[in-house]
Amino acid sequence: MTASGVVTEKPISRDLASTIRGRLQQFLAFGGLIVIFVFFSLASPDFLTFSNVTSMLFSTVVIGTLAIGTTFVIITAGIDLSIGTGMSLCAVMAGVFIVHWHIPLPIGVPLAILFGGVIGLINGFNVAILKIPPFIATLAMMLAAQGLALVISHSAPIYFDTVPAYAAISTGNLIPGVKFPNAVIVLAAVAIIAAIILNKTVLGRYTYSIGSNAEATALSGINVRKWQIIIYAFAGLFIGLASVLISARLGSAQPALGQGYELQAIAAVVIGGTSLFGGKGSILGTVIGALIISLLNNGLQIMSVPQEWQNVVLGAVILAAVYTDNIRRRKAAM
Amino acid sequence: MTMTPLLQVQGVTKSFPGVKALSNVHLDLRPGEVLALAGENGAGKSTLMKLLSGIYTADEGEFYLNGEKLEVASPKHAQELGIAIIHQDFNLIPDLTVAQNIFVGREPRWAHTFLNERALNVKAQELIERLQLPLDPKQNVGALTVAKQQMVEIAKALSYEAEVLIMDEPTAALNDAEVATLHELIRRFIRPNTGVIYISHRMNELKVISDRVTVIRDGQYVDTLDVQTTSMKEVIALMVGRSITSDATPVGVRDDREVLLSVSGLNTKDRLKDVSFDLRKGEILGFAGLMGAGRTEVARAIVGADGIESGTITLRGKQISIRNPAEAAKHRIGYLSEDRKRYGLLLEQDVGANIVLSAVSELYAAWGFLKSKSMRATAARYVKTLRIKTPSINQMTKNLSGGNQQKVVIAKWLVKDCDILIFDEPTRGIDVGAKEEIYVLLNELAAQGKSIIMISSELPEVLRMSHRVVVMTEGRVAGILTADEATQESVMHYATLRDDERPGDPAERDSFETEQASPTDVNSDQTAGKR
Repeated sequence: MTASGVVTEKPISRDLASTIRGRLQQFLAFGGLIVIFVFFSLASPDFLTFSNVTSMLFSTVVIGTLAIGTTFVIITAGIDLSIGTGMSLCAVMAGVFIVHWHIPLPIGVPLAILFGGVIGLINGFNVAILKIPPFIATLAMMLAAQGLALVISHSAPIYFDTVPAYAAISTGNLIPGVKFPNAVIVLAAVAIIAAIILNKTVLGRYTYSIGSNAEATALSGINVRKWQIIIYAFAGLFIGLASVLISARLGSAQPALGQGYELQAIAAVVIGGTSLFGGKGSILGTVIGALIISLLNNGLQIMSVPQEWQNVVLGAVILAAVYTDNIRRRKAAM
Repeated sequence: MTMTPLLQVQGVTKSFPGVKALSNVHLDLRPGEVLALAGENGAGKSTLMKLLSGIYTADEGEFYLNGEKLEVASPKHAQELGIAIIHQDFNLIPDLTVAQNIFVGREPRWAHTFLNERALNVKAQELIERLQLPLDPKQNVGALTVAKQQMVEIAKALSYEAEVLIMDEPTAALNDAEVATLHELIRRFIRPNTGVIYISHRMNELKVISDRVTVIRDGQYVDTLDVQTTSMKEVIALMVGRSITSDATPVGVRDDREVLLSVSGLNTKDRLKDVSFDLRKGEILGFAGLMGAGRTEVARAIVGADGIESGTITLRGKQISIRNPAEAAKHRIGYLSEDRKRYGLLLEQDVGANIVLSAVSELYAAWGFLKSKSMRATAARYVKTLRIKTPSINQMTKNLSGGNQQKVVIAKWLVKDCDILIFDEPTRGIDVGAKEEIYVLLNELAAQGKSIIMISSELPEVLRMSHRVVVMTEGRVAGILTADEATQESVMHYATLRDDERPGDPAERDSFETEQASPTDVNSDQTAGKR
């Protein structure tokens, strides 16, 4: 019985081919990224300047951090619409903790991040225990978080002027000699950690399992409800982190700073090849997706394309990305 | 005197990849009669229905309606030709009213555009009165009982002026009174120019309602008998009377094994009634019964996938309560669903991930991090020992054949080191060679001391594997047979018992005892002669 079950040479190459096919969306997205980058570099002399690239990376940091957390949720075949306004609420809470309550930064910042975790925890509870569809549960949270952010802040920004060190979290240069601001380094670190968690830990494994087939996962003896709550709460931490990064950059916590970010982050995840039907996705793809979106936003702005048209372009890119993914999938199915 | 049959099926053959579902089947429905169609699960009844309703096209053979050749293009076409089919699963829209459902797709309109609700209700009311049905055209279908929903289906079917009415298991979800009403309706439908084909497992019903019975088995025509002069025992014998391809019998049957799991008085809200049985160590306990008898529900209740209303489950003498499959897995009870693709596998994940899935947190993780190397080694080992044919453990599970997918599911529970394995239809959709391998594997597992519950709709499979057989009908245990007592006839007998003739009835009991005393009676010879 040596012939069966033994890994032979030829199938390995087939495996490699299927791996490449599976990653095709990422390659395509990466190729798209390069094309867009080259296009803007040629189209506008103002594009490839240090200050512009830095500012573009800043916007990538916020979209990217939110999108990385959301990638986990979307791989479970869920969705999180509350990340944008949740970020507003967390930023306001950071202001309350640090400015109003004078909690020192080493405690205040983690508290703000944990507050994001609490938002995710509530989402997870509503989805897993109350069985509210993720779209509805997080839509409700989106509205509630926006309202709370306005109520708590009395609809006015909270300025971090009294705590200059706060701004350094985003804009300072932690590593001497590296000119990129801390926020970019934070995003890089977060992406690596998230990729390790998604691929090398039980949490990551169950994220894929639940998204592939939640019923089969439950019947395999895994407490799917528990893990759903954990995954949503975990993703919520990224909301908190993003809120710190954005409010530190702005120097203030504005109660509506996160509006619109949810859709940009979800778009980044989708462009990066994560399936809204669950079971598939990667952090690398999401980071590429976030880069594409902020590149488009930034480049079009520099070319003086009106904001309205930027949105039209973004919409077209999302359709194109998902459509190519569908074609690939149909081919793979044949 | 020979009359033109109302509906004639001649030499019909239909194959699916790997399976011959029907082979040279013929059938005559005479005008003015109710013809019963009997056969086991998988005998080919549903395929025949789908051919008649135009869902499938026959590979070979012809159909005739009133002597004229019949080519059915689609279900709608069948209705227009006067063939009405009522499927086991209703095609009703719960949020629409009775009238809206009956005339769905044919709604009366104003100016070809706007719905004429009033004309719709009037039309429906006329139809309902003509058929003498206790229905209100304006009521929502979702709020009706199953019996009334079925009446809506019948009204819908007959609104096409059908000549031939085909009913697939019409009484599966009905109580006795409702069955009587249904039969009344069928009798009213029958006229000199109409006919009914009535598919049912329930022998006593066939006796009451039908004139003749046609038996098919394994996709082949067996015989057509006059109901009045035939005993239902004969019909059962014809239904099951195939010779088993292999002479294999259960191995390792012993009655001195200790009881491992004991289920007592199990009730669920919608299906199970007072289910009790014991599972012994190292035993293969077969669960037989017809479709919808409640076997899968027992499995799901034990592993906590569905809630139970009352009853106790005792494991190794200790009463346990299992609220979800995660707790069942902790007690080392694994459930292998009949629907592998939906409930058993992560099709889009690789073989390795599937094999270790249920044991990941327990055996293959430290501080939340996966032990990839040892996971892969385990997966590779099980691929080898279970002889799973896959290029590597990185292969996507959906690319494996049915038999190998089933082995992946088995491997998953072996990694978890379960003591009790519940196999639901372990060989469904698996080709013959792979089936044998699964049987060998089950016997090996039992020999190693694992306790196995094997739910199967294939009687030969139950008989060759089971140390004991639990026969279920209508959500309850109709009988528990030892390997010696279990024969095709005895199992079928218990499986077709209705609620009103349980073994407790003294008049009935005699006949059971006779049957068990001579499990292979005259009918077997008769069957052999006919083959």
